[in-house]
Amino acid sequence: MDVNRASAPRGGLENSQPPLGRVVNAAKVFETGTAQSVLAVKDVSFEFRKGELVSLLGPSGCGKTTVLKMMGGLVPATSGLLELGGIKITKPYPGVGVVFQSPTLMPWRSVIGNVLFPMEVLGKNDAKAKARAHEILELVGLGGFENAYPRQLSGGMQQRVALCRAIIHEPSILLMDEPFGALDELTRLEMNDLLLDIRRVTGATVIFVTHSISEAIYLSDRVLVFSKRPAVIALRLEIDIAYPRTSKVRFLDKFTEFERKAGVALGVVK
Amino acid sequence: MRNNVLRILYPCIGAAIILLAWHYYIILFKVSVVVLPSPWAVAVAIFSYAHILLTESWITFLECIYGFMLAMCIGIPIAVIMTYSRVLNSMFYPLLVASQSIPKVALAPILLVWFGTGIESKLAMVFVIAFFPIVVDTATGLRTTSPELLELARSLQSSRLQTFFKIQLPSALPFMFSGAKIAVTLAVIGAVIGEFIGSNAGLGNLLLTANSQMNTALAWAALVILSVLGMILYAAVVLAERILMPWGHGSEEKH
Ligand SMILES: Nc1ncnc2c1ncn2[C@@H]1O[C@H](COP(=O)(O)OP(=O)(O)OP(=O)(O)O)[C@@H](O)[C@H]1O
Ligand SMILES: [Mg+2]
Repeated sequence: MDVNRASAPRGGLENSQPPLGRVVNAAKVFETGTAQSVLAVKDVSFEFRKGELVSLLGPSGCGKTTVLKMMGGLVPATSGLLELGGIKITKPYPGVGVVFQSPTLMPWRSVIGNVLFPMEVLGKNDAKAKARAHEILELVGLGGFENAYPRQLSGGMQQRVALCRAIIHEPSILLMDEPFGALDELTRLEMNDLLLDIRRVTGATVIFVTHSISEAIYLSDRVLVFSKRPAVIALRLEIDIAYPRTSKVRFLDKFTEFERKAGVALGVVK
Repeated sequence: MRNNVLRILYPCIGAAIILLAWHYYIILFKVSVVVLPSPWAVAVAIFSYAHILLTESWITFLECIYGFMLAMCIGIPIAVIMTYSRVLNSMFYPLLVASQSIPKVALAPILLVWFGTGIESKLAMVFVIAFFPIVVDTATGLRTTSPELLELARSLQSSRLQTFFKIQLPSALPFMFSGAKIAVTLAVIGAVIGEFIGSNAGLGNLLLTANSQMNTALAWAALVILSVLGMILYAAVVLAERILMPWGHGSEEKH
């Protein structure tokens, strides 16, 4: 991939395009040994098209991570169907990048070593991969930190490394679990723009978990508002604000209206 | 800068106070040299018996090193197997823990019968005593690998071997080193016990012989050399830790 390549702005994808993936009546029950089982996800259905950025927004503990992990084939669904490109998801599959709520870098690897980890596992750790690692580290503003160890970086810098690690192997789908949840507001805003940039140049489909209303609206083509556990989708918002988005869109009446609707669905706005 | 000087200075002053107290205690109470030699007499003994002390400590040193290596070479694979096989783990881990209630010293005579008075019985003793912390800490390290990192590996469809060598083993390294530090200290104890029970060589044996000949100064000299030996072995493990874990030192990472 050429990071500097300009590509058409996303958003307003033609509705005629067939969906890339589907989640149909997905449910998850966790069997917790001795105690009674936990119904984490009750009934979740949605579709997404290639290149879309879909946010799963919901209160803590409502089952967002569980849905994301089911989509990654990391957790089997108890019932329902998850599909990607027409194929049923039962186990991890190629072309996925994951970002967790915490950076979860390997403390024993340098920044560049962490970023190259997926390439090593995939057996593609060649000179080209290294060049690309440098390129994307540059892109996220970490040029010059290649040989630092994670403990020498701030939380925001670590999360950026994790982001690079998630995209180094050019995944077509990015699963992000509250990746910026632990960051301060300013860094979070910066990271949001960075994510939109990355999506613009890679064209990756992004499933983004968050519990920040404004973050979800700012980033997404579509926001799925989850109920309290067990998760069902309480509200679907098509965010028809054109990309590229800049901080200005946060002050649009439309934006505020989306925030209000999501707030009502979450029960935080009366 | 000043802090660093003080950090070295204070323990030196402490040691000097104890040595002086020791020295004057002997003069004041006219303690017989057989009961307690003066620090000076011990120092003299160290120098006049330098050759024999060195030869004997080399033997003890080798016993410690070989026994420690044996414990590592057997302990680490066992920890790996037990982390990977739930069945083997539930069959043998409780037994392993229960076996720790055996006072290891009590095993020494038995090991002597099995392995004779040569180096083998010492290695067995060192192994028996150093094995447990290595197994337990390695297993803990492997088991506490970050679940997110394991999930990352799964999402990349990493093979079990890749996951083990690229994630679990390095994650466990700080734990393995804290186990190794305990083990190497115990190794010296194991070697000395082995030499006490039946041997004609090593610092432990020298200590016993000197004692029976009422050469208390030499016995104390052997004791001093033993603790120096322990410190050297410990330092060697710390050095290995710094070399193998350049990203940060074990205890910092763990706590
Ligand atoms: N492995 C598991 N075993 C048992 N219960 C689980 C497991 N994982 C999640 N749960 C339960 O499922 C529910 C949903 O968890 P999940 O992690 O999906 O929530 P979440 O929406 O991601 O929350 P948060 O925003 O706090 O991360 C929780 O009540 C949790 O206790
Ligand atoms: Mg979560």
